Amino acid sequence: MAEWIEACGADDVDEEDVIRFDHGGRTFAIYRSPDDEYFATDGLCTHEKVHLADGLVMDDVIECPKHNGRFNYKTGAAKGAPVCVNLQTYPVKVEAGKVFIQLG
Amino acid sequence: MTSMEKTKRDYSLVGESTKRAIETGLASAEWYHTEVPRKVMKELMQRSDGPAIRDTIVWAGVQIVSAAGAIYFWGTWWCVPFFLVYGVFYASASDSRWHECGHGTAFRTRWMNDVVYQIASFQLMRNPVAWRWSHARHHTDTIIVGRDAEIAVMRPPDLLKAALAFTGLLDFRYSLPALFRQALVGLNAEEKSYVPEMEHHKAVVAARWHVAIYAATVALAIALGSWLPLMLIGLPRLYGTWHMVLTGLLQHIGLADNVTDHRLNTRTVYMNPVSRFIYWNMNYHVEHHMFPMVPYHALPRLHELIKHDLPEANPSMWHAYREVWPVLLKQLKYEDFYLKRDLPPTAKPYRDEFHNMTVPSAAE
Repeated sequence: MAEWIEACGADDVDEEDVIRFDHGGRTFAIYRSPDDEYFATDGLCTHEKVHLADGLVMDDVIECPKHNGRFNYKTGAAKGAPVCVNLQTYPVKVEAGKVFIQLG
Repeated sequence: MTSMEKTKRDYSLVGESTKRAIETGLASAEWYHTEVPRKVMKELMQRSDGPAIRDTIVWAGVQIVSAAGAIYFWGTWWCVPFFLVYGVFYASASDSRWHECGHGTAFRTRWMNDVVYQIASFQLMRNPVAWRWSHARHHTDTIIVGRDAEIAVMRPPDLLKAALAFTGLLDFRYSLPALFRQALVGLNAEEKSYVPEMEHHKAVVAARWHVAIYAATVALAIALGSWLPLMLIGLPRLYGTWHMVLTGLLQHIGLADNVTDHRLNTRTVYMNPVSRFIYWNMNYHVEHHMFPMVPYHALPRLHELIKHDLPEANPSMWHAYREVWPVLLKQLKYEDFYLKRDLPPTAKPYRDEFHNMTVPSAAE
């Protein structure tokens, strides 16, 4: 059953940036886009299991800090070598200054 | 730190060392990083097109002007200096362009990285697909024996081979047949170990394009009855490679292998401005390996920021080669020998126990 989990405060993430969120033995990445929307994906790169929260957010792309693998964090789509497998994305909502992600 | 027994390294990417690296957790391990505040790192990682566009105009401009001079003076000795310049920009400066654009950090605009990457790959006789993956592996498993496909000098060092590398002969002898083999037969087992299956076809197509251009160049040379086309396309890989080798060999040579701390297996060397332009600041190599997302033009700033945690940089290439030469000579007898560099008192110590090193104590 899907449930909403509080991940962080809305202000914890800078604009065009990402932070790490660990929950239930899993790790996630929470993004704030340049136009102030929030998104969530799995926290590890599908190429070499590196934390994406150490990477660089540019527009709608997160770039992995190790090999520069690029994903669209809004859709999870891998955008070319060295990443071939898409990222899992999760629904996000912001309520009362808190960011929630839906896990299930 | 005690055994003086001779260890025989197996550099195959599908052999015993590979198996051992995976079993012991050396493969795809977590590596040491100097702590840098997120805001600072984010600022350092920022991309911009400006510096790379400026440098690419110079890179291409020097090649065009020197090629024009070489063509104009072809048949006289005056063409030699033009070819010397052309060769270095064609075959040495292209290595750092290939490298930075492969990382996708040189330009902010993606297609600009891709265009320069493809051109530089061609000039270097490197399959743009296969080498992208081999370099990803090099960053995952830097100087991990049996995993890293880009170990330039293996142990025991083959000094003749290292010396010949300056002439480009060995690289040429390997690269060109590899492109033909990839174009006609496909990837070999080692290449398949780091290139995912879904990319194999792309690698074959890329090799076919390269081979087709070389075939056209040879045909043109025959038609003109002149070596000139080959002196401009292909052969610079021989006469212009020396600067790439001069700077690139120092990246890891003589330092530790099978460790997970770039301070132990990678070297930063201060270089003159011309070499730094040709090498696109890859002399800050510890910094690059620790933080591959930082563009080449921000590496000097990163260096200033984290040098308190790194071994002191070699003050010059000459100093670095003088430092490494006796180490190479010792490695001829004891291949486990390596150069362990001192850290400043402000640095976090090496985790020797973590690296599980079983090698003899090192040089100064």
